[in-house]
Formats: sequence, structure tokens, C-alpha cells
Amino acid sequence: MPNPQQCKFAKTHEWIASDGTIGISDHAQKEMTDVVFVDLPKVGLEVKAGDACAVVESVKAAFDIYSPVSGKITKVNQAVSKKPALVNQSPYENGWLFVIEKSNPAEEAVLLSLTDYEKFIEEETNGH
Amino acid sequence: MSRLEPLLIDQSVKGRRGVGIPKSPVSQPLGHLIPEKFLRKKKPHLPEVTEFQVVRHFTRLSQLNFSIDTHFYPLGSCTMKYNPKLNEAMAGLPGLKNIHPLAPDVVSQGMLEILYNLEQWLIRVTGFDAFTLQPAAGAHGELTGIFLAQAYHRARGNKKSVVLIPDSAHGTNPASAALAGFKVVQVKSQSDGHIDLSDYRQKLTDEVALIMITLPNTLGIFEGQIETITREAHAKGALVYLDGANFNALAGLVRPGDLGFDICHINLHKTFSTPHGGGGPGAGPVGVKKELEPFLPVPRVLKEKEKFVMRDSKHQFPQSIGQMRSFFGSTGVLLRAYTYMVTLGEDGVKEMSRRAIINANFIRVRLSKIFKVAANEPCMHEAVFSGVPALKNGTKTLDIAKRLLDYGYYAPTVYFPLIVPECLMIEPTETETPETLEAFCTTIEKIAREIETDPEMVKHAPHTTPVQRLDEVQAAREPVLKWPSWNSAFNTFYEEKTQKSQGPQK
Repeated sequence: MPNPQQCKFAKTHEWIASDGTIGISDHAQKEMTDVVFVDLPKVGLEVKAGDACAVVESVKAAFDIYSPVSGKITKVNQAVSKKPALVNQSPYENGWLFVIEKSNPAEEAVLLSLTDYEKFIEEETNGH
Repeated sequence: MSRLEPLLIDQSVKGRRGVGIPKSPVSQPLGHLIPEKFLRKKKPHLPEVTEFQVVRHFTRLSQLNFSIDTHFYPLGSCTMKYNPKLNEAMAGLPGLKNIHPLAPDVVSQGMLEILYNLEQWLIRVTGFDAFTLQPAAGAHGELTGIFLAQAYHRARGNKKSVVLIPDSAHGTNPASAALAGFKVVQVKSQSDGHIDLSDYRQKLTDEVALIMITLPNTLGIFEGQIETITREAHAKGALVYLDGANFNALAGLVRPGDLGFDICHINLHKTFSTPHGGGGPGAGPVGVKKELEPFLPVPRVLKEKEKFVMRDSKHQFPQSIGQMRSFFGSTGVLLRAYTYMVTLGEDGVKEMSRRAIINANFIRVRLSKIFKVAANEPCMHEAVFSGVPALKNGTKTLDIAKRLLDYGYYAPTVYFPLIVPECLMIEPTETETPETLEAFCTTIEKIAREIETDPEMVKHAPHTTPVQRLDEVQAAREPVLKWPSWNSAFNTFYEEKTQKSQGPQK
């Protein structure tokens, strides 16, 4: 189970753990409200950082999920396709989306720590 | 007492009749006239009810509905304006209504003249050089427009595969571009709602075939930099498309053709008062500049020596993208829009847009004390807010929308555009009187007070509608796709069908 303290965050609200597990932040799941459908990428798919590679749909809207880093998808969480509510109930644990084999770990430099991510959310909320 | 109306099949009683069907005058057994395999073995399972049951049923259903004829309908981004009854009368004239689409031009002169004149009207009001009336709705117009851009680039040997779309555009834009095989790249908007020019310039590469812009954008604001955007696109050899869904703010005031747009669609069912909603026929005519005219769909209506003719010859239009819809589009809708334009006249169309803008700004200013206005400048045809300042005690924008139903208002668009948190999008249109707008705003203020004093009641709204708050989440996660009828006849019918399908296979 990844600890959010040790995860890196993208400004598009995804987290990535050191082992390459990717999910969406607690803030993101709250903003989306109840998730009703998750479309996961295929195992083996090569993605670049910033590519939309999954879709999380709530009663509000459908949201693209962008990979925070480049690499190959090695595993997807079938449990969330069957039970999308896991994304809401457990965004950092059972609600993970997929695992990526990072091809360029240097890309992680632009990602945020939990503290910086929380600061970013605050600024963004006040901006609007 | 439940105000739900049972299905006709649930009201059915065996042997009850609405009309007496006369005995068949055919004396031969049907099997002699129709091949045996096409004859049904069992009587159809139809509801057995009287005529007045049918009349009451449909009258009640119509009364359960919200419509522009019964309620204020401030659905943002949809321009739900009143549809004058004169439009219906004109579209219902027998000479127009009963015309056959394959009749020779010589007997369809009236209809062809109207279609020709409607194109001329649209050309005048938009500043484009030619129009096609074929597309059946807005998104169909978008697809037509994208095909036109594709044909234009192909004819010039340009290899361009990208369509740029700002995040403040209509959601259908990326879908239409993807359907035509383009790669969609999103352009960011700034926090004030305008397109981020530096992001635009960075993404405007030689690969870009088309930029699709919604103007005014989905925040209801006019893109002041639009001429810079179109100029820079042209310098890169890209075309610029206008999603004219929000044309109700521009008609008679600004001509998109003058702003540098190359292609645009106009939603007649939004701007020009043809019926809208319920998925009925719409119309999304597409206008183009001269350079794109050769690619327009066929057939086209032309005026030749004071006569109107429909032409689709390959020799005459060798570069046409072909036909986008059967015959000539939704002519019933086109007739209504034409009636509206002729009734208003040029000055009337201008006044229509002015009033739509004034009404939206009334709402914007009046509700700015309750909500946070999304863009801090005068709006065009619609006002967009963040509901956040009013949301206390765990309420959401959705609760305000549901509570409005209790007060007899259709709910505004909520949670769109996505760039505004807890968004409400209100488009009053020019239809509404100041009294209605004032009453609506007073109701919103009242709901804001209810959020303070009785939040639970607001969270469970609506309370006065035939069905109360629906569990949208469960409906999406575990949909029940079968009508749970309590009528035994219906159940029997169902069982019979199931048994049959499970019966021995031949």
C-alpha cells in the first residue's frame, strides 16, 4: 500500500508510487464525486508522460487520466473496473488504477510532493 | 398519492376496447395472400383500454413534463427560447408539408425558393459566402465542417493531422474531430476564461489542420483576441472553425465571417427558434468562405434564370464531399427558422441578440451576491457561476438545481464547463420578461437561505415532483434494464417470451 507521503503527484491529480503504481488523488476523487465507470489501458501499452491512458467517469463527467511518466503498462487493477466505487473509498490503496514500468525516471523531477501538491490545490481553488 | 402515471399496458383489462375494428372484408385465408412464415402465430400483446384512458394517459404525461411552453427553462449552452406558434403554422402549410422530396423541381419551386432564401439570410447574418442546409444538428454540422476542412487540405496536398480545441469549447468538438480521424490537442484557457495565447502559439504547428472555437465560449464570454487567433492560424496554413451554438449572442451584431473564421455551423434549433430537446429533428447548417465552397455537400439549390433548381451532378461539383443527409435536411425545421427570420427582419434579429445579452447580464449581476461569477467581465448570452460561496453545510450545486424544480423552474446546466468548480450555467434567452428573471433570482436567494436553515431538506430535494431524488450512482453502477411491472398480463407476456427463447433449439 503506497503512502501518499511518499508518492509523487502530477498537476493533473494523478499520484505515482516508487514501484510505478498510479492512481488518482483523494482531492481528485472528491471533486469527481461518485465514480461509476473506469476504463483502464491494455497491459503492454507504451505511453509517454502526459498521455491520456485511462478514463474515470463519475455521475458528473468523464475525466481523462494522464500518465505522469513514460513507460510500459505492466498491470491494471481489474477490481476497479468491477467496483468503480473503490476509487472513492480507497484512492491510495484498493483504488489504484495501473502500474507502469518507468522508462525515464528523470521525468519524476517535475512531479510534486504531497505538501507541494496540497499547496497547488489551494492556489488553484482560490484562483477560481 | 403517487403522481406517477402507470404504463398503458398496466392499465389494460382483457376485453376492454377503445374502438371497434370492422370485420376484415378479405374472405380468403391470409395465408393465401401473405407467405405463412410471415404470419404471426399469436395476437399481439397490446394494451386493452378505452379511448378516454388513452387521452388521459398522454395528457397527464404531457403535464408531468417541463417545457418552454410551461416553465422558465434556463438551460445554459442550449438556448431554450420560445418557439413562436406562427412557425408551426407556416411549416404546416399543405403546399410545403405534403411536398415529395423526389418531386421534380418545377413543382417544388416554392420550397426551393424558401431554401435558397434561407441560405441567403444565413449568408447575410454570418458573413460567409455559401451555406449547406443539410446537417441534421450541431454535432453533425461540426462533422460536415471538419470533412470540408479535410477535403480543402487534401486538394492542396497538405498533410495535416491535428485539430486544436480550447478547453472552453463544446464537448462535441473533440468527438467530431476524432470521428473524422484527426488527433485532438487541447489548448488551455487562462483563469479569466480566455484562451491562453502562449499555449495556443506553442501548439499551433504545421501539423494543425483546423482550430475549433466556440464563440462566445462556454463561460459565456467573448474571445477578445479572436482576430489574432484567426490571423496566426492562417499564417500557419490552418483553417478556423466556429462552433456557432452560441450564436444567439452574436446574430445581427457581429458577423463571424468578418472575424476570420473559415467555416461555421449555426444551430437553427437554438438561435432561430425551432423546437429543441427530446432529440427531435434539429438543423445545423454550415457556412463557408469562397475557397471552401467547391467542397460543400450536394445536392445544392441554385437559382438559374429566375428558376430554382436542385443540382447534384458530379461534373458540376467534382470536389463535393458528397451527401451528408437524406434529401435536403430537416426541411420542416428549416421552414420554421425561415419564418422566424422573416418575422423578425434584420433589425429584429439584432434586437433578439441584444436582449439575450441584457437578460444574461441581469442574471450575472443579480446573482453575483450569492455565487462567484466565473469570468469577471460582462457576459454574452449566458452567465456562468461557481456555486461555492453559497454551498454550506455539505450541500452541492446539484442540490440547488434539484431544489429549483420544487419552485417550478427547469434546472440550469450544472457541472459544465468543467473548468469552473461546482458550476452553474444559466442562459435565460431573450424570451423571458424582467418579472420572470427577478422571480427566478429571488428563488435562488431563498434557496441560499434554506441551505443555512434547513440543509437536509435541500439535500433531499426535489419534494414536489412525481419522483423524488433518484440514486444516480446506483443507476449507473447497477442499472436495472427491465420494467418491473406489477401487472400480471405483462409478466405472463414476459415469461412466455423467456420460455420461448429457452425452448428446444432446432
